[in-house]
Amino acid sequence: MNKQELRLAGSGGQGVILATVILAEAAILSGKHTAQSQAYGPEARGGSCKAETLISDGPIGFTKVQNPTFLMALTQKSFDQYGPEVDEDCLVMIDSTLTPPEGLKAKRVVSLPILDTARNKVGRLQTANIVAVGAINSLVGITDDETITKAVLMHVPKGTEELNMKALLEGKKLAQECGKENKE
Amino acid sequence: MGDVVLMQGNEACVEGALAAGMRLYAGYPITPSTEIAELCALRLPQEGGKFIQMEDEIASIACAIGASVAGVKAMTATSGPGFSLKQENLGYAVLAEIPLVVVDVQRMGPSTGMPTSPSQGDMMMARWGTHGDHPVIALCPSSVKETFDLTVRAFNLSEKFRTPVLLMMDEIIGHLREGMVVPNSEEITIIDRPTVKYPDPKRLPYHMKKGQLVPEMAPFGMGQRYNITGLIHDESGFPTNSVEESEKMMSRLMHKISDNYNSIKDVVTSGLDDADIAVFCYGGTARAAQSAVEEARKKGYKVGIFRPRTIWPFPEKELLKAASKLKRIIVAEHNYGQMVLEVERVVKDNCKIDFVGKWNGSVITPAEILAKIEEA
Repeated sequence: MNKQELRLAGSGGQGVILATVILAEAAILSGKHTAQSQAYGPEARGGSCKAETLISDGPIGFTKVQNPTFLMALTQKSFDQYGPEVDEDCLVMIDSTLTPPEGLKAKRVVSLPILDTARNKVGRLQTANIVAVGAINSLVGITDDETITKAVLMHVPKGTEELNMKALLEGKKLAQECGKENKE
Repeated sequence: MGDVVLMQGNEACVEGALAAGMRLYAGYPITPSTEIAELCALRLPQEGGKFIQMEDEIASIACAIGASVAGVKAMTATSGPGFSLKQENLGYAVLAEIPLVVVDVQRMGPSTGMPTSPSQGDMMMARWGTHGDHPVIALCPSSVKETFDLTVRAFNLSEKFRTPVLLMMDEIIGHLREGMVVPNSEEITIIDRPTVKYPDPKRLPYHMKKGQLVPEMAPFGMGQRYNITGLIHDESGFPTNSVEESEKMMSRLMHKISDNYNSIKDVVTSGLDDADIAVFCYGGTARAAQSAVEEARKKGYKVGIFRPRTIWPFPEKELLKAASKLKRIIVAEHNYGQMVLEVERVVKDNCKIDFVGKWNGSVITPAEILAKIEEA
């Protein structure tokens, strides 16, 4: 049974939870089983935040990620905390401002300018989570472009659709460009 | 059958409540139940109902009780600290026989504890939190879909027996998002309290007609003025110190639940036919147990699951029957040992009882339950 265990980490307010909700929505729209959950500090903003999405072809028992197949970190603090926990086979995606913590076993670390792209290319830092969703979907292969677009539109505030579509596309491009570099 | 939709446990509670006919929610938001209040604020006005944020948890349950007395299906939701505060009025609703659904999305305590961490530490408070002898109905969902279904059932049981029903959720299921198919309204059975539409002003409000399970209710404001009290009362609704009347009242309160045990009990079992070990679990913990049992089966252990969805009244008969064929029962719960006490009380020496508990804010993992299965 094909099972993906995605863990996304950052600081509160970065939209990490929403990113996992969108990925879970994309899984449902693709006819897969999913379980999404989150853990965060009691403070609403600024505390470290971890959210997870399990995606499987079959029914899901335990609802939490145990052996992440994918980890994203948007802050150094969250990378330091969750990076060393993952196996060498786990695909790690980090913001390019971060440096690998001691004890990181993962062999594949993809460093992408997620925050910079959101701030400067899309024009709003708050879209970093959607840039990330675009990159993750491309790297992990959850669903097709049409479905991920639909999932994003189901969960972003009215009036921000255009901005978020741009973010999604920029995220996809980041992942694709990094794929090309690796091949070269 | 509709499409599969992504829904959170707390959202499913609200949608289930609306499907069951809830038209008033009064609450004071508290993590990890807050989404219930948020969604009620959005959805109730759409369905012609009312959402009221009250000044605290005590006022919230009082408001829900008032709405129910007026004939409106009502709910309040909270977590441990708020559930503590609601206990006094919970007892009032039990004695005054007011239908009501109270949701407790459990988080780690005591006191304000760890607000975003899972727990099942309120299970005994659900049973004995309000003072005095009283019957309790409490339900525990283990998935998002089950949260919908059991919320509907909580309303139905509360209407049928004119008593508050507790939906004992936990952070694991409350904050879990997964797929579910929302049932059509034709697929949902709805029970309404027995009501007198045009009451005779001289009617005895707590008089039982022959063959009735509970007295008929006359909604306040519909023509009859009558007394409702938390004091022991007779058929007139007024307080009494009569030994005969108090015996009659208490006996009726207890028996309306105990005599109907068979229609209230709800246990889900799997793999018990050939099992010599059972994992006793409920609520969010069942998900770890499910994965642990699947792993153990692969390793050749004959293990199954005993999972009450109605946790109070405790499924004594079913558990005793299951225990007679078992060598060992492993109780897994997110507390220092609460329902395990009930398992011990019922099972006695019929088989060995082991315990897997958690009280540090983290989640019981399948590996921890599997390790206990393998201890043998």
